Amino acid sequence: MTSRRTLLTMAAALAGAALVSSPSLAQKKYDPGASDTEIKIGNINPYSGPASAYGLIGKTIDAYFKKINAEGGINGRKVTFISYDDGYSPPKTVEQARKLVESDEVLLVFQSLGTPGNTAIQKYMNGKKVPQLFVATGATQFGNPKDYPWTMGWQPNYQSEGRIYAKYILDKHPNGKIGVLYQNDDYGKDYLKGLKDGLGAKASMIISELPYEVADPTVDSQIVSLKAKGADIFFNVATPKFAAQAIRKAAEIGWQPVHIVNNVSASVGSVLRPAGLEASKGLLTTNYIKDSTDPTWKDDAGMKEWAAFMDKYFPDGDKTSSFTVYGYAVAQSLVHVLKQAGNELTRENVMKQAANLKNVDINVLLPGIKLNSGPNDFYPIEQMQMQRFNGTSWELFGPVMSGEIGS
Amino acid sequence: MTTREDIADSAVAVPRLGGLTLRTWQRVLTIIVLLIALALPAVLKNFHVFQLTLVMIYAIAILGLNLLTGINGQFSLGHSAFYAIGAYTTAILMDRFGVPYFLTLPVAGIVCLIAGFLFGLPALRLEGLYLALATFALAVATPQLLKLSILEHWTGGVQGIVIIKPDAPFGLPLSQDRWLYYFTLAILIFMFLAAMRLVASRTGRALKAIRDNPLAAKAMGIDTAFYKSMAFGVSALYTGVAGSLGAIVVQFVAPDSFTFFLAVSFLVGLVVGGVGSIPGALIGGLFIMYIPNLAEQVSKGLAWAVYGAILILVIYVMPTGAAGFVRLVTGRLTRLMSSNR
Amino acid sequence: MELFLHQLLAGIATGGIYACMALAVVMIYQSIDHFNFAQGEMAMFSTYIAWQLMAWGCPYWIAFILTIVISFIGGVVIERGLFKPIRNAPVLSHIIVFIAMFSILNSVAGFTWEYTIKSFPSPFPSQPLFNNRLIGAHDLGMIAITLILLVLLYVLFRHTRLGLAMRAAAANPDSARLVGIRVGWMVALGWGLAAAIGAVAGMMIAPVVFLEPNMMLGILLYGLAGAVVGGLTSPVGAVLGGFAVGIVENLAGTFVPVVGKELKLTIALVLIVAVLMVKPSGLFGRAAVSRV
Repeated sequence: MTSRRTLLTMAAALAGAALVSSPSLAQKKYDPGASDTEIKIGNINPYSGPASAYGLIGKTIDAYFKKINAEGGINGRKVTFISYDDGYSPPKTVEQARKLVESDEVLLVFQSLGTPGNTAIQKYMNGKKVPQLFVATGATQFGNPKDYPWTMGWQPNYQSEGRIYAKYILDKHPNGKIGVLYQNDDYGKDYLKGLKDGLGAKASMIISELPYEVADPTVDSQIVSLKAKGADIFFNVATPKFAAQAIRKAAEIGWQPVHIVNNVSASVGSVLRPAGLEASKGLLTTNYIKDSTDPTWKDDAGMKEWAAFMDKYFPDGDKTSSFTVYGYAVAQSLVHVLKQAGNELTRENVMKQAANLKNVDINVLLPGIKLNSGPNDFYPIEQMQMQRFNGTSWELFGPVMSGEIGS
Repeated sequence: MTTREDIADSAVAVPRLGGLTLRTWQRVLTIIVLLIALALPAVLKNFHVFQLTLVMIYAIAILGLNLLTGINGQFSLGHSAFYAIGAYTTAILMDRFGVPYFLTLPVAGIVCLIAGFLFGLPALRLEGLYLALATFALAVATPQLLKLSILEHWTGGVQGIVIIKPDAPFGLPLSQDRWLYYFTLAILIFMFLAAMRLVASRTGRALKAIRDNPLAAKAMGIDTAFYKSMAFGVSALYTGVAGSLGAIVVQFVAPDSFTFFLAVSFLVGLVVGGVGSIPGALIGGLFIMYIPNLAEQVSKGLAWAVYGAILILVIYVMPTGAAGFVRLVTGRLTRLMSSNR
Repeated sequence: MELFLHQLLAGIATGGIYACMALAVVMIYQSIDHFNFAQGEMAMFSTYIAWQLMAWGCPYWIAFILTIVISFIGGVVIERGLFKPIRNAPVLSHIIVFIAMFSILNSVAGFTWEYTIKSFPSPFPSQPLFNNRLIGAHDLGMIAITLILLVLLYVLFRHTRLGLAMRAAAANPDSARLVGIRVGWMVALGWGLAAAIGAVAGMMIAPVVFLEPNMMLGILLYGLAGAVVGGLTSPVGAVLGGFAVGIVENLAGTFVPVVGKELKLTIALVLIVAVLMVKPSGLFGRAAVSRV
């Protein structure tokens, strides 16, 4: 008898449970690349070719998702991270993006690196309505929700940073003569534009702007020219190798201008140490993430967490490089977005959540800098702080600034 | 360059295999390949159709290089430059002047013909290694030239140009990728047939004579200067048309797309496919498209080391490329068959 | 005028880099009658070996000499292992193997030592000589080492039996074989020497441009250009050619208006091609006469 009764109650209970859980079941919505157990994320990075130094970012992100999976995944779903090499060649980026979307059927493409490659796939990604999320470039064109609602940047854009330096120069050295060294591509020119826009009517303060090519062996000749032309403010818009060469050459020929180095090459471990710490003394830059070699952060909770992650999941990774901190921070940001998306893992919802970040704290960003985005604001990080190198580490000074673009 | 292939063609009198002449076998094979090529888009995903389109485009470019190196014996490490000129011609015409894509193709071809011819003139004085260096320099300088601020209004500078992918015409029920596949296939067939005609013609024989013995060719009254420059021009035309198609299919041109590595890829495709062999260009195209992807699957960190190892292996197994290999195998087979009889 | 002087000296300093590389290019040309497109990557790889030895605690000069020895052996092994089996394949097949070597060395170096830049020590004092601000002590040291190498090569080729045998093997392999020279081993020796010179070049260049897997990409082109301008058959010419390219590049980049700064590379290359038009065998080379 009892058994019959229990069965009935059990059946009733089950039915009830089904009734209760059915609304939440209905809420589960998936696009390709997402399921009850898995989220597929695509990525394109230059693991070979001239820009292969950046490949470290992709490797760090991969390690971070290993950590997430080991800790139970995102809302119970394991992340499958598929990362392809494009060798920094746009046609290859297109091919790899199509492979990710059409063959691997990922939910989204995350952190594809470089301006040319991202420009090449922007139209395609938007046509397919697949998120091209948190692209790894600071070019301004990737925060344009009106024309490209499926593309979003992450790091502060180069032009804002250029404007911050302009503000600083106008404030502290209004009569200076500026010499610029820049990489002859979109990245270099974006910085230059930011600086010029920021200087506004006083753009004539720039007395010389010299480009270099990635294939150039050295930038010695440019540095010698800038010195000879009498520049006393030096804006160094170069990637790590060339920035380090410039810092060392300037010291070697006894040129001591107010030296501003762009954030791309602000890493102590991979730029200033090779260039010589003595020669780097007095350098100015801005930053938004913590520098792993800076003793200021030795007891910082976020950096400790990062170091523990590196030890466990990416022991071969270069801990002195800013790329590993960057990769860690950006992967954290994506996990935040996906958690926020809950069980509705559609491409539309992912973009909606990415455009709905409110004061999100990523613990390896500088204190006071938060992720903020909105339907009309596709630049999640817009704040930066200036810092000066004292011979061993960066010292922050001044307020957290934002170089809003007046467009 | 070796002349072995030509000797092989004429010396073996009507070789037979399984009762059919080699020529017949070739025809049957060509028809089978064509039928497969026509049917493939129906069964493949758009993405794979896109990849195959790129294979055909590379094949046209490699064929262009082949006309110069294989038929005329001149080196070039700089064909990425002509590919870039073709691509930019199309991109600028489509983007700035609204010219329909199919009309940009002949323009790109003619622009490259002229550019190639002009480059061929000074190159006349350079031989072998020196020509290799001059063309190498051209390839390295190409991205810098494309970025030049004076031309920025046209070329889009470092940003490049984004172009719009064309739809299938006449309301054909084909996706953009499939339509471009067939479009490229038609161009490919046309270009291959034209190349075969050229090689078999009087001009083709003159070009080969220059390759095999420039002095003797001159003594026979061949205007070597003209033919050599012309070879450069025609070769550039082929590569330029390929570049033009590449721009349409990829929908984007930028200086970073046309680095020295592209020129190296063409050279690899040429040698792997077989120097001097026209169908070999297709094998070369397949190789430079798929082998890097395969290498990446084997090992991400060491992808290019794997690629290098595959290349060395290929050269060891087939020192004269796929075409030479096939010739060797069929040669052995026919000999085997005839000795059995 | 001051700017001119500065640029001239900067040109000489960069020219030293190219001269070093050009010497290695000429060395390999002497023994295989061809360019080796993987030469820059070989030099880069040797430099990483030196870096690794020093990271393990080797003092500079011991690491320096060990690296040269290892590179020499490496060069010989590559020739014996990779190129001997395809000796009779067409030239283009050899070029493809060079390309393969290029990608293998680059990829393995990046995989083993990462792509981030590393500083490489200089054996010379960091303070400039006589407290001048014009040219660094390392630049002068590098030029001195290049000249020493040059003298050593000259002595080897002109005043030793081995050098004579190597020249004979390169100039006329068949006749050389007839008089009992082991041509195959002479070629291998040439490879070894080229690799060793490349190692020196790499270790001299790395303190200037920093050590990373792609460091030789641009330098090899300028090195080739220097060798060609000077004449591929003349080590002296190659060194002078290297300096010439460095100076021309810097001066053109600074003083040619408008396009100068944007087309530094292109202008240098155009000038090189122009030199070749006028004198195809290079400024110091012997014209090749072919028998019909």
